[in-house]
Amino acid sequence: MKHIKTINSSTLNKDVNKAGCGECQTSCQSACKTSCTVANQKCEKK
Amino acid sequence: MIHVFEMHGKNIVLDVMSGAVHELDSVACDVLSCYTQEGILEEGKLDKLVQHSRDEINEAIDDIEYLKKNDLLFTKDPYEEYIPKWTKQTVVKALCLHIAHDCNLRCSYCFAGTGEYMGHRSLMSLEVGKKAIDFLIENSGNRKNLEVDFFGGEPLMNFEVVKGIVEYARIREKQANKNFRFTITTNVMLLDKEKRDYINKNMHNVVLSLDGRKEVNDAVRKRVDGSGSYDRILPGAKKMVEERGEDQYYIRGTFTRRNLDFGKDVMHLADLGFEQISIEPVVAAKGSGLDIRTEDLEKVCNEYERLALEYVERRKNGKWFNFFHFMIDLEGGPCVAKRLRGCGSGTEYLAVTPEGDLYPCHQFVGHEEFLLGNVFDGINDNPVRKKFQETNVYTKPECNDCWAKFYCSGGCAANAWQFNNDITVPYDIGCELEKKRVECALWIKSQEI
Repeated sequence: MKHIKTINSSTLNKDVNKAGCGECQTSCQSACKTSCTVANQKCEKK
Repeated sequence: MIHVFEMHGKNIVLDVMSGAVHELDSVACDVLSCYTQEGILEEGKLDKLVQHSRDEINEAIDDIEYLKKNDLLFTKDPYEEYIPKWTKQTVVKALCLHIAHDCNLRCSYCFAGTGEYMGHRSLMSLEVGKKAIDFLIENSGNRKNLEVDFFGGEPLMNFEVVKGIVEYARIREKQANKNFRFTITTNVMLLDKEKRDYINKNMHNVVLSLDGRKEVNDAVRKRVDGSGSYDRILPGAKKMVEERGEDQYYIRGTFTRRNLDFGKDVMHLADLGFEQISIEPVVAAKGSGLDIRTEDLEKVCNEYERLALEYVERRKNGKWFNFFHFMIDLEGGPCVAKRLRGCGSGTEYLAVTPEGDLYPCHQFVGHEEFLLGNVFDGINDNPVRKKFQETNVYTKPECNDCWAKFYCSGGCAANAWQFNNDITVPYDIGCELEKKRVECALWIKSQEI
C-alpha cells in the first residue's frame, strides 16, 4: 500500500468462537475503581 | 464503522469491528472522507480533492479497497449472534471486600463519604470475611481464577482480618481447586515494614494512593487534623515499590478540576521513580467544586494529548514508565465477549460491606435499592441484578453507535447511575475523556511500532 500503513492487523473477530471464558481479571481489580477500563486488560489464554 | 482522527500530525483510522488500526497519509485521509460509514465510496466527493492528483487518489482508493477485502476496514458486525451466549452471566468471580468502613484520611472527593459509605464507621469481622470467601467459591461455578480486593475505607486499619481472610482462602482454594488472586488498595498511611512484607508475599497487586505533586495531593488528601498526607505517603510508597521487585503495583491518584494540568502530576510521579502510574479523573458530585465539567473537556483532552507526547519522548529516552489509561494491548487484549460486557459489576463482580451485605460494586455500597443480598443468605431476588446482566454495549443506544465501545465497554455503571440515575445511560463527560484516552493510546502505538 502506498498511502496507508497498517499499525495493527490483529483482529478482534478472529477468535469469536473461543471468546468469553471469563478467567481474566476483573477490570476494577487492577487500578481504576472509578473508571471503566477494560481494553487494557490481559487475556488469560494469550 | 470506522473512526478517523488526527493527533500530533498523524492521521489514524480505527476499524471498530475488527480492531485494525492504520496510519493514513493526507491523500488516503482525504479519500477516506469520501466514504460512508458503511464503506461506500461517494464518487462525487472526490472532485473536491483538487489538492491531490488523480493518480494519487486512485492509489488511495486501491489501498482502501484492499483493506476492505481483507476485513481490515469497514468490517461488518460479526458479533450480534454471539451476544446471548456471552452475556449469560451466572457466576461470581471477584469480590471487593470492604475491610474497613473507616479511614484515617479525609479526602475531599471521597465517593465513600471519607470511609463511612453513608452508614457508620465499622470494621469487617473475620467471620464475615471467611463467609465471603465461601460465598465466592460456591458461586464461582467452573471459574478457576478468583479475585479478592481488600478495599475500604482504609484496609490497613483492619489488617489482622485481611491476614486471616488470606490464610483461610489459601486453605479453601486447595480444597475447591481454585486460584485466588489478592489485591489491596491502600492510602499507605499505616504501611510499615511488617505489612509491606506481608503484602509483597501474598498480594498479586497493590494499589497505592497518591495524587502527584505535594501541593495537589495535600489540597485534597488530608489527615483528620486537616494537614497534608504527602510527606507521610511518599516514603512508604517508595519503600513498598522498591521492595516489591517485579510484582504488580500501581501508584494511583485522582485529578480534579483544580489540577487540569494533571500531566504534571503524572510526570512528578515518574520523576520520583514510579514506573506503574495511574492518575484518573475524579467522579465527584456536580457542584462539589471538584467535578470535571463540560467546559473543562477541551483543557483535559489537550492535557492528555500533551501527556501522550511527553510519554513517548520519555519512553524513547530511557525513562520508561507505564500510564494505566494509555495501556492498550492491540494484539493480546481481552476478547470481544469481555469488551462488550464491561467490568462485570453486579454480575461477576460484587462488593461486600463489613456486615456482609452485597452490592453491584464498591461505588453502589450504601444505596439500599442496589442491595443484592448478603454472604450468609446468598444473592436475593432484587430485579436490579437482572438489569446489570442484560446491560452491554449493544443494549445502550449511546454505546451502540460509538466507535470506542470495544475499548471502554460501555463505561462505568456507577458513574451512569450517579449522573443519569440509570445504569444504561453512560456518563457523557466520562465518555469524552475515555475516547480521548483511546485516541492517545492508539497514537502512542503508532509511534512505538
